[in-house]
Amino acid sequence: MMNLKPETLAKIEEVLPRYPVKRSAALPLLHLVQEDQGFISNEAVEWIASRLGLQPINVYELVTFYPMFRQKPIGRRHIKVCRTLSCAIMGGYRTCAEFRKQFNTGLGQVSPDGEVTVEFVECLASCGTAPVVMVDDVLHEKVDAARAKELCDEIKAEAKAGAGTR
Amino acid sequence: MPAPQQHRLVFRHIDEPGYTNDLACYLRNGGYEVLRKSVLRKPEELVDEVKKSGLRGRGGAGFPCGVKWSLLDRKSGKPIYLVVNADESEPGTFKDRYIIHNDPHQLIEGIMITCFANKVERTYIYIRGEFPEGARILERAIAEARAANFVGPNILGTSYGCEIYVHRGAGAYICGEETGLIESLEGKRPYPRIKPPYFPAVLGLYQCPTIVNNVETLCHVKHIADRGGDAYSKIGTPNNTGTRILCVSGHVQRPGYYEFEVGKITMGQLLNEVCGGPLPGRRFKAVIPGGSSAKVLKFGERYKGKRKVGAEMVDFDWGLEDVPMDFDSLGMIGSMGGSGGVIVMDDSVSMVEALGNINAFYSHESCGQCTPCREGSLWMKKITGRMVHGAARPEDGALLKSVADQIAGRTICAFGEACAWPTQSFVAKFGDEFKEYHQAKKNPRADGAPELV
Repeated sequence: MMNLKPETLAKIEEVLPRYPVKRSAALPLLHLVQEDQGFISNEAVEWIASRLGLQPINVYELVTFYPMFRQKPIGRRHIKVCRTLSCAIMGGYRTCAEFRKQFNTGLGQVSPDGEVTVEFVECLASCGTAPVVMVDDVLHEKVDAARAKELCDEIKAEAKAGAGTR
Repeated sequence: MPAPQQHRLVFRHIDEPGYTNDLACYLRNGGYEVLRKSVLRKPEELVDEVKKSGLRGRGGAGFPCGVKWSLLDRKSGKPIYLVVNADESEPGTFKDRYIIHNDPHQLIEGIMITCFANKVERTYIYIRGEFPEGARILERAIAEARAANFVGPNILGTSYGCEIYVHRGAGAYICGEETGLIESLEGKRPYPRIKPPYFPAVLGLYQCPTIVNNVETLCHVKHIADRGGDAYSKIGTPNNTGTRILCVSGHVQRPGYYEFEVGKITMGQLLNEVCGGPLPGRRFKAVIPGGSSAKVLKFGERYKGKRKVGAEMVDFDWGLEDVPMDFDSLGMIGSMGGSGGVIVMDDSVSMVEALGNINAFYSHESCGQCTPCREGSLWMKKITGRMVHGAARPEDGALLKSVADQIAGRTICAFGEACAWPTQSFVAKFGDEFKEYHQAKKNPRADGAPELV
């Protein structure tokens, strides 16, 4: 069974009445469930579908279409490097390569230490401060290779500090 | 001629030291006074002010906002919805980000005036999924405004009420297309709807009449309601009224956002004076003036034709630096003002590789509904990808053009044009570079040349 946190369930109840048609809550529910569980499992697809009175395919087709939803777990931290033109001409590809190198990982994979997943994503709408990177929900601006290395060091230090308490 | 001063209307408080995004700060700066005055007026008067203002949509198409509102089917008996397009996803565009993060109450005030004018009782702000912090800021700002009676039932002691909800997208560019956005808001894949019959003003969200407006456009509505449509229309130039935020990115000394009266600043003034010119030792090569789907412009080109000045037609003969940054002028030289995202490329950039980067974007973002776009965008990506990473051929430019020429005009939505225009314009203007790329790539890469594909 789905083991959603009580606060996730409370947020779901808060979101549902915002829409005159239940189906509209599909994206908000997918976001909430993914934040809670880290990814969207088949079980989650079925749970959301039954919650909204839909067929599972109606939810599954959203998971496969929208880039932000994923069907597998990722690393503990999610690094999203912008790939699009303004960032690329300012060195975004070098930035992305540095993140991969520091965590010895390929695009879209969980790094061997389980710490991160590095993704190349399309425009993050901060082109004036290119290249940009999001680490989880936080935007980092003007991330050249040197700054990428610093961010990696911070993530590794936080992982070390966190390992004792995990 | 020196560049004019910025005219900061919407971005007045962005970057102001000490200005915060909470309600108290907004109220200290005269916030919600325009809404207070507006709810004492007749809604129709407010619609007229916006019509008189000449405001054109700031999301990309530049469609007159007042006309959009007047197309609403007000006799259907169904509720009317406002959907705020905060999907900001056209590459090169980053203005709405700052409004949402730094001045969210300005947007909420613009929304509430728009809703009152159009008798809307429920609004959804569709914000791109990549702005999680922006979504939280908006949620908090709406809660503050609700507690202060600016949003919700019986606002400011009137019988009028309106709710605003934040709805997060999930990383799909096509949700910026208004009918795709509506489908997404209905909980479906964002496949754009065919028009006719699905004009949002008649058959929009839940098949009800719907206005879809861009974030910046709605902020302008507040300033129009404040000073009146006539006074607003005197800012800017005829048919290109008001101010506009230009987002400059890429190879200039000072990239960033700049707000000017529309049509009062030229490309040359913007890039050379305001943005400080090219990077040391470089020269400008190309600029995309209105988001990445706008047709590329080449430095050194000249544009000749006739244009309307007042009631007369006069000849113009412009270098790229002379072109005023307004909807009509950029349209006359074969590109568009679009979303205001100006992407500058210098002589370190290979145009083949830049197009390869753009093609990868559009191929990733095509929704897949129409065959010419789904297949064409993929083939354009594959061809430019092969040119860069595999064997390039002199005839690849012509091949790319033949694919692009079969997309535009054959799709349900404007994405077909958006993905075809870059290829058509890059090949038309930099054709020699495409022809010679197979030779050029044998040479070692120029120092500082960025990898793009």
